[in-house]
Amino acid sequence: MFLLLPFDSLIVNLLGISLTVLFTLLLVFIIVPAIFGVSFGIRKLYMKTLLKIFAWATLRMERGAKEKNHQLYKPYTNGIIAKDPTSLEEEIKEIRRSGSSKALDNTQEFELSDIFYFCRKGMETIMDDEVTKRFSAEELESWNLLSRTNYNFQYISLRLTVLWGLGVLIRYCFLLPLRFKEFLSKHVHLMCYRICVRALTAIITYHDRKNRPRNGGICVANHTSPIDVIILASDGYYAMVGQVHGGLMGVIQRAMVKACPHVWFERSEVKDRHLVAKRLTEHVQDKSKLPILIFPEGTCINNTSVMMFKKGSFEIGATVYPVAIKYDPQFGDAFWNSSKYGMVTYLLRMMTSWAIVCSVWYLPPMTREADEDAVQFANRVKSAIARQGGLVDLLWDGGLKREKVKDTFKEEQQKLYSKMIVGNHEDRSRS
Amino acid sequence: MGSGSSHTATIPDLDDIRRETGFSQASLLRLYRRFRTLDQNKKGYLSRTDLEQIGALAVNPLGDRIIDSFFPDGNLKVDFAGFVRVLAHFRPIEEEDTGNQDPKEPEPLNSRMNKLRFAFQLYDLDRDGKISRQEMLQVLRLMVGVQVTEEQLESITDRTVQEADEDGDGAVSFHEFAKSLEKMNIEQKMSIRILK
Repeated sequence: MFLLLPFDSLIVNLLGISLTVLFTLLLVFIIVPAIFGVSFGIRKLYMKTLLKIFAWATLRMERGAKEKNHQLYKPYTNGIIAKDPTSLEEEIKEIRRSGSSKALDNTQEFELSDIFYFCRKGMETIMDDEVTKRFSAEELESWNLLSRTNYNFQYISLRLTVLWGLGVLIRYCFLLPLRFKEFLSKHVHLMCYRICVRALTAIITYHDRKNRPRNGGICVANHTSPIDVIILASDGYYAMVGQVHGGLMGVIQRAMVKACPHVWFERSEVKDRHLVAKRLTEHVQDKSKLPILIFPEGTCINNTSVMMFKKGSFEIGATVYPVAIKYDPQFGDAFWNSSKYGMVTYLLRMMTSWAIVCSVWYLPPMTREADEDAVQFANRVKSAIARQGGLVDLLWDGGLKREKVKDTFKEEQQKLYSKMIVGNHEDRSRS
Repeated sequence: MGSGSSHTATIPDLDDIRRETGFSQASLLRLYRRFRTLDQNKKGYLSRTDLEQIGALAVNPLGDRIIDSFFPDGNLKVDFAGFVRVLAHFRPIEEEDTGNQDPKEPEPLNSRMNKLRFAFQLYDLDRDGKISRQEMLQVLRLMVGVQVTEEQLESITDRTVQEADEDGDGAVSFHEFAKSLEKMNIEQKMSIRILK
């Protein structure tokens, strides 16, 4: 790509030296602090520098584009069309009022113009709809030097790949031999996660750590990427619940199971709600077991909203410790579209992002109240998480990505409309 | 998302499309990006299933009809040009459109007449130029679902057709349709403004 190499041997030498230096640096700055849980302020500095670079780069690009008179693509997070937030009734009444010359004390039953409302609403969704937008990577307003979010440049950082390689190596070397010692394994887990976190150059801010989940509870968080697991696990001990993934993830999962009691399910088992509930209840009631970590949404959302939580995890009746995770998209998009990328491609993307910056909020524990059912409880937890993380609270079921929408929503619209036209019909016949 | 460029240079036939639809270059870029988001397998065109995946469209009672309008004459695919051509009907009318109207040039897609024609063809399924009583009933049925009885619906239909029908043939032609809506602010109600 850009790198021209006129003096091959010189460059190779330089690379060799720099790699050695890098290696030593890595050892000192990353592994040692990771073991002791201490961090230097280096990463914060790194973040500040990155921000400055991005701002400068965006300006340069805009200037360059103006010179060449090209249109730069500028994404917007609020959608591309201007929308009026009026309800069905109001709009139809307005349409009728503007069209009809007759005096309207009692609204007409049906007008030819009513169709305009549905027609326009339909077109609006084709141009821009909330849900499909959520499932594409979040659009950024300023360029962040990653080829993924800007379509005018290509750049890959080699350094981070090296870091990742190291992280994987250490993880396997430490984890596998020690799997028979449980106490040590806990610490090892923690350490490994911390290393992974460093490897990803993740800068995580934890809030309210006093609310951290305790044994016998369920930890519930919104889900954006498998990295969520690493981020949470590096700050506490959890038992995982999740689906068995094929491939690389499967290997990792199996290794983990040997070290700690986790609960894994096959994808088909997941559909059997009762089985899942039973196994979870067993785990939770055993007070000595670690708190379970669950992502109830069931699929990866792109971190701007918190889709409907599946109610299964809330039926069990244990204490729920909600956690909100929010990624700062400027530094690297953590979103994983599982229908598009496999695990390895995703990991590679993560490793080659500049950094993963996110905030984790531990919210106070919640229990289901006597008069609310699982769904209401789930919604309550979800709103709390959304409010804390500044995420948009969406009613859509996360399963929308894979299945088509249910008919009940269409019925709602139809009901609203029929009430308008038929309700008036009855009034008329009465008078 | 891929690392492909969404530069204007990659949109095929950009100038033709711009002339035909009247969209600005910036708007076309955004619509092209939208087109590519909807095009799930990166085929280069949209099929019916791509549009059916839009949740908010699936709950719109006229969703199927609206999707039909993108696939005229039994087509199974719609390319970007076709996609934008339909959306162009909803472009807000600006001064420059009505000002220098060259009589030899075809009417712009977003003219009042063309907007009306678009709405008309949502009713007129068999494209015979008239909305028969049966077709009116079908559209009404879509909009109300199962909430209204057959008789009520029929009486509503009869009343509507009667009011609009001038030549007494029991159907509403385009001319009659346009006449009954002549006072309506179509320009505003059938327009979607794209943000700059």
